[in-house]
Amino acid sequence: MKNLTPFRLSLAGLALVIPCALISIVFFLTTYSWKAIGFNGFGFLGTINWSLGNLYANPVHQHGYLVPPGAKYGILAFIVGTLLSSFLAILFAVPISIGTAMFLAEKAPANLRTALTMIVELVAVVPSVVFGLWGIFVLVPLIAHVIGPAITATLGFIPFFNMNNSTGSGYGLLAASIVLALMITPIIATTLYDALDQVPRELRESAYALGATHFEVVTGTMLPTVRVTLIGAIVLALGRALGETMAVLMVSGGALNYLPGTLFTPISTMAAFILSQLDSALQDPSEMAVKSLAEIALVLFVITVIVNAAARLLARGTIRVIQL
Amino acid sequence: MSFSSDSPDLELVHRPRSGQTSLETRRYLINIIGWSLCTIAFLLVAIPMGDLILTIAVKGASAMSLKIFTTSSNGMTGGLLNAIVGTLVLSLGSLVFAVPIGVGGGVYLSEYGQNHLGAAIRFLADTLTGTPSIVLGYFAYITMVIGLGWKFSVLAGSITLAIMVVPYLARITELSLRRVPTTMREAAYALGAKDRTVALRVVLAAALPGVMTSVLLSLAISVGETAPLIYTAGWSNYLWTGRLTHAPVGYLTYVIWTFINEPSEKSHALAFAAALLVMLVVLTINVSVRFILRKRT
Repeated sequence: MKNLTPFRLSLAGLALVIPCALISIVFFLTTYSWKAIGFNGFGFLGTINWSLGNLYANPVHQHGYLVPPGAKYGILAFIVGTLLSSFLAILFAVPISIGTAMFLAEKAPANLRTALTMIVELVAVVPSVVFGLWGIFVLVPLIAHVIGPAITATLGFIPFFNMNNSTGSGYGLLAASIVLALMITPIIATTLYDALDQVPRELRESAYALGATHFEVVTGTMLPTVRVTLIGAIVLALGRALGETMAVLMVSGGALNYLPGTLFTPISTMAAFILSQLDSALQDPSEMAVKSLAEIALVLFVITVIVNAAARLLARGTIRVIQL
Repeated sequence: MSFSSDSPDLELVHRPRSGQTSLETRRYLINIIGWSLCTIAFLLVAIPMGDLILTIAVKGASAMSLKIFTTSSNGMTGGLLNAIVGTLVLSLGSLVFAVPIGVGGGVYLSEYGQNHLGAAIRFLADTLTGTPSIVLGYFAYITMVIGLGWKFSVLAGSITLAIMVVPYLARITELSLRRVPTTMREAAYALGAKDRTVALRVVLAAALPGVMTSVLLSLAISVGETAPLIYTAGWSNYLWTGRLTHAPVGYLTYVIWTFINEPSEKSHALAFAAALLVMLVVLTINVSVRFILRKRT
């Protein structure tokens, strides 16, 4: 037992703050939202119906809970908004990240490589709210006037790609997905860049010796050896996209109780909804609305913890602690 | 024989020659098209990033004036003094809580954490870095703002930011400490030094630049955060009064988020000025940290 000196124990105590923080997040979110979990049941996840009820009438008893008359809490629309925007972001980000990593690792001029890599790394440190600001001023007008009409002109015969079926403001699913894609690209690209750098030289040389072109060497022999790391990085990026708040809130348009019918329809994600709705939820004297928001936070937390844990297990030790 | 990507000779091998087969032509074309697509992919990241920096720099610089640093905001106009002070107080406040815990935890993970407990803490620290900041903010809202009755306050905001940056501090500290050669520890122990001396006076001292890096990066993260502060720090048009609880405080990222949704040009200018200040801090820290790290390796 010579290891249990007071010094080591006090350091272990400091380190244990981290697990304690995670446990207390779960504990307090669960206890605080307990009434909401009981009142909402499974319909919470499966219905598209978020209504605070009549906040000016006296609260009524419903299934044994005191709530404003007409109050209903169903968050399927926000779950769909979260999953759809993250899925589209991954769809955009994966090919771009792979291309970026291959370019930086293999094609970038040697004397510029450090600088070019830093540009990609710095995308990861731009604050979310600044991405939102750029989104409002540059991306949203671009979608409303250039990208949107172009997609409508080419794919408009499919209702999902027709901007005329939406508000056409530029705020919506596509804007949110593009901003998310830009934010998560450095996570995938830098991880893949590091991994390509670690591929044994012999592998590359034997592929060249067989007469492969440079592109074939990278795609045929180098990428397959790093595919587990790549998948881990994509899952990690998915976790980031699912929980992203500010940038999405600022460009998504904010939808309540409807599913996105087109690429240009406004959406709400779970994270953005929690942030934007607390003020109005606080008007509910029965507190059921605030507790239901806590339940959304709990659901979001559970989803992101699972996704992040999966990513860390997949790509153990190959993901940077911070995008440095 | 070197096959580095920088050798220009390599592409000569694939240059089309007379009498080559259609397969060779196809592979040659795929090579060209493939690398062109990769370059385009890079440009699709670099151009928006360049545009973002340029937009913030131009619009932010044109909104800059002395008034921004000398007066507080007044509704949606005025200056940013209250927000600048608030951001400094919140960020430095978060470091007060986060640095002892994060660095201490990092020392534990590096020096004594080669066991199951260390592995579990490492894994959970990485998981905590992936927790959405709004979830942390909501957790802090129900525990500190409501539960402890602190209301919107500097203390609630700082502690929330501290929870966010502690895992980064711990993990980066751990990585810097592990780069210190084992022989230094052995030499210190051989001289009769105790755990405390070896860990703090020898290893931590040798890794101090790396630890400072993690503190600076944590500062950059705190300065740029918004979501965890909205329901913990609140917002105030007035200068921070020095109260730790029961008094909301302003901060720069709030200005960016809310003032941009106001119709007046003056509020937009303030939002861009705030964005420029935040970006200057974040980019300066991140770029200089990279140069320091590259120089040392």
